[in-house]
Amino acid sequence: MTPTAELAPGASRQTPAPPPGTAIARAPRERTGSWPLVDRIAYALCWTVGIGLCLIALGIVLFMLVKGVAYLHPKLFVESPAPSPKESQSGGFLDPIIGTLIVAGVGIAIAAPIGVALGTWLAEYGRPSWLARAVESAIEIIAGAPSVVLALFGLVIFAQGYLGFLSQTAAGGGVYGRSFFAAGAVMAVLALPLIVASTREALTRLPDRLREASFALGRTPATTVRRVLLPAIRPDIATGTVLGLGRIIGDTAIINILLGTYLTLEKVGNVPVIGTLRGTGSTLTSYIYSNSPAGEGNAPHKAYAAAFVLLVIVLILNGIVTWLTNRGGRPEGGGLSRAFRLIQYTSRLNWR
Amino acid sequence: MLVLIGAMLVTVFIKAWPSFAHNGLSWFGPGGDVDTQLRAMQEVKALPGHSIYYFRAWPLIWGTLLTTVLAVLLALVVSTLAAIFLTEFAPPALRRTLDPVIRLLAAVPSVIYGLIGILVIAPYINNHLISNARKASVGYVVQLNGADVMTATLILTVMILPIMTAISAGAFAAVPAAWREGSLALGVNRWRTIWRVSLHAARPAIAAATVLATARALGEAVMLAMVAGGRGFAPNLLDGVTALFEPVRPLAATIFQNSEGLTIAPLGHTIYAIGAVLLVSAAMLSFGGWAAKQRFKRYGVRT
Amino acid sequence: MDPMMPPPVRRIAVDRDPYIAPPRPLGNGVAPAAAVTTRLRPTKTASALVRERMSIESVWLAYGDNWVVRDVSLPVRQGEVLAMIGASGSGKTTLLRSLNRLTEITAGAARTGSITLDGQDIHELEVNDLRRRVTMVFQQPNPFPMSIFDNVAYALAERPGRGGRRRRRGSEIESAVTDALHRAGLYDEVAGDLERSALRLSGGQQQRLCIARALAAEPEVLLLDEPCSALDPISTATIEELIVELRESVAIVIVTHNLQQAFRVADHVAFMHLGELVEYGTSEQVFDRPTMERTRDYISGAFG
Repeated sequence: MTPTAELAPGASRQTPAPPPGTAIARAPRERTGSWPLVDRIAYALCWTVGIGLCLIALGIVLFMLVKGVAYLHPKLFVESPAPSPKESQSGGFLDPIIGTLIVAGVGIAIAAPIGVALGTWLAEYGRPSWLARAVESAIEIIAGAPSVVLALFGLVIFAQGYLGFLSQTAAGGGVYGRSFFAAGAVMAVLALPLIVASTREALTRLPDRLREASFALGRTPATTVRRVLLPAIRPDIATGTVLGLGRIIGDTAIINILLGTYLTLEKVGNVPVIGTLRGTGSTLTSYIYSNSPAGEGNAPHKAYAAAFVLLVIVLILNGIVTWLTNRGGRPEGGGLSRAFRLIQYTSRLNWR
Repeated sequence: MLVLIGAMLVTVFIKAWPSFAHNGLSWFGPGGDVDTQLRAMQEVKALPGHSIYYFRAWPLIWGTLLTTVLAVLLALVVSTLAAIFLTEFAPPALRRTLDPVIRLLAAVPSVIYGLIGILVIAPYINNHLISNARKASVGYVVQLNGADVMTATLILTVMILPIMTAISAGAFAAVPAAWREGSLALGVNRWRTIWRVSLHAARPAIAAATVLATARALGEAVMLAMVAGGRGFAPNLLDGVTALFEPVRPLAATIFQNSEGLTIAPLGHTIYAIGAVLLVSAAMLSFGGWAAKQRFKRYGVRT
Repeated sequence: MDPMMPPPVRRIAVDRDPYIAPPRPLGNGVAPAAAVTTRLRPTKTASALVRERMSIESVWLAYGDNWVVRDVSLPVRQGEVLAMIGASGSGKTTLLRSLNRLTEITAGAARTGSITLDGQDIHELEVNDLRRRVTMVFQQPNPFPMSIFDNVAYALAERPGRGGRRRRRGSEIESAVTDALHRAGLYDEVAGDLERSALRLSGGQQQRLCIARALAAEPEVLLLDEPCSALDPISTATIEELIVELRESVAIVIVTHNLQQAFRVADHVAFMHLGELVEYGTSEQVFDRPTMERTRDYISGAFG
């Protein structure tokens, strides 16, 4: 080994040629074999947990797939549930599916406009500040409240006398308080925090130059919001809405309390759409609950079939959310995917 | 809208008040079988010697405590390990798979968890883990049939894992690389680096995640109604391990299962009282979470 | 020397005078103004005390397909300070990091050639063992979010203790921590409260804490990656003084952008350019009588 200074002064050196490939060693991973035992156990545990999670998820999906394929029958989609002790005669789940669609529709129809409006107001105006903070706290409270409690609130409200037009009024004047209106409204409250949060985050992430450009062209803030900002965040609004939709579709407690436990659609009055909305019915979730051993019916096969359908719907919704978020193409941080960070902020709002 | 929320809160408490008024603080205490009391209220026939409002919620509270605390503890350990695995040890391919896996676990509705629990896990536990001797040992008090604390805790853990793992993993990924590098350069192996530096830095986030998960576990009604046993029974810890196999019915599940009785006077008031207790607990948890974050700010650790 | 080329360091090169220590900075790190301007070249350690600890032989390093260090050979001796100078991208930091195998935490790093510590190839040693014997201080001070005591004691818990596998927090650890803080010249300033969070110290103190932390494990070689580039002149002076004091017990390799700093502290200098070792020699040789044209250009500030 000769330090280079020992060469003749001023001598030039050829740029040396890279060594042959055989002599190159790539950086190895730190071998854990030399770690103390405690650390090795911890390392093994981490791996076990990681693989275990994958296995659990796989297990759930495969199990539902197997059971669902075994018991799912196209007939089920078109028959209404009929009370019967025998499973083969207890009909299908047409009504629950319609019920799910109605509840989801009503819920989103109420939540989306209000949610976007609130989110925009919080992100763009937010004055007076005490009001903004109060609204934020209210949204956090709602997000953190269990759905059973929200359902109780809902019942209190909708069982008031003056809201009798939204559901049935019994002969003695007692308002039934349960209807698709009621359930839909409380579902809207359930989905609201998600829509508000995604709108707010999206608006805060929009660069200021969009707003400045719009103002420089002489547009009012209101027009800016309508014409420039909201169209720019359409994917995020869609994401929030689909997330809210997923939450609505998966919820059972509110349905149980605010929609009753009859499995079929019961209209109230004769007006076509309003009648249904004032009436009660069921959704896939309450159908599954009723048919499980915990409910009244005891038709596990129907429950499996309905559960399969529900799972497929939820997975499709999740897929849509992933597609929407990955389409955005914004840079990610910390090496975790955007879909993952989505869980973080929705979980801050208590998924269910 | 704020007025609406305020009005709702007030109304719920008003509806809940009679139950508290008639029972006083012993509402929270033990005393008799909860199911009998609830049935009595449903039939509007007072139990001998007590008012129609007689209710002692302790078995429900105890059931809630058991399942929630056990599930959160278990989930804390598992989610921390999972988060460490996700951010440090997992090869890139596995990391990309775990993302959708965790999202999937978070997205599955609770009825489906409940269905799998009651149709698969409970019978399994019933047939394989609970011996006949065990059943006989408590048979004079309660029937063991696989729908119990253990099943409920296991499934509840899986339900709250995704939230905690996601938040913890985010916190681990946000630990400054300078600390990791500095620790590795001192000759501390990867696991100890994580344990002593990254975990330390991620503590506030993990605390916040725990609070969120506890709130979620408290509010879980459907799955627990299906799987935890449906009987308002207070497992006796003196039974030892058998206590894990005894049925419970946590608070939220009670509300869920008695939802038809909401309009009948005494039962309705009692259910609202239970709801009020849940609401207050959720509020206290939120406050607790905020307080925990404040405490960790002291060390200059990022929150 | 070419009279047209003003050597930038000639004005303060007075290497015949003995080393005079400037007054130690007072309590809060503020030193009398005189200390900064009268830095003198330190005398060499007696040659009998100088011994070779690490030997770098024909080392090539690459990230991916890009060769960052090409065929470099250097000795690292205890009792003297080796300074590696060069422009950005010359591969000096990469070479430094390969000395304690820190290059391995980056995926895709490749190497060839041999680096030995006391005769043993470092790639055959257990990596954490190696890193305890060859520790590193980084450019940005990176104290952990713990108390000062815990920071310095951090690496201590990992070493197999002298009297058993796990040392309890007893007098052994405490004395080791105090020793390290003394050696790093930080003890007087923090002795009052060792439980304070390390993040509350000033930049210079944090860097000295990192040095103390590195010294606590009693390493054989100390690697310094531009340790003063983020610090003010007074902290820099304190740390340079530290480096000179430490060289007798620990072999020191310092990478620096600052030529004056290299001149002040180094005994041997290695000048690298674009991955190759252009010149290596004692600091007088390299600064006053550089043999290679490129060295002359760099030292005179023609590039870099």
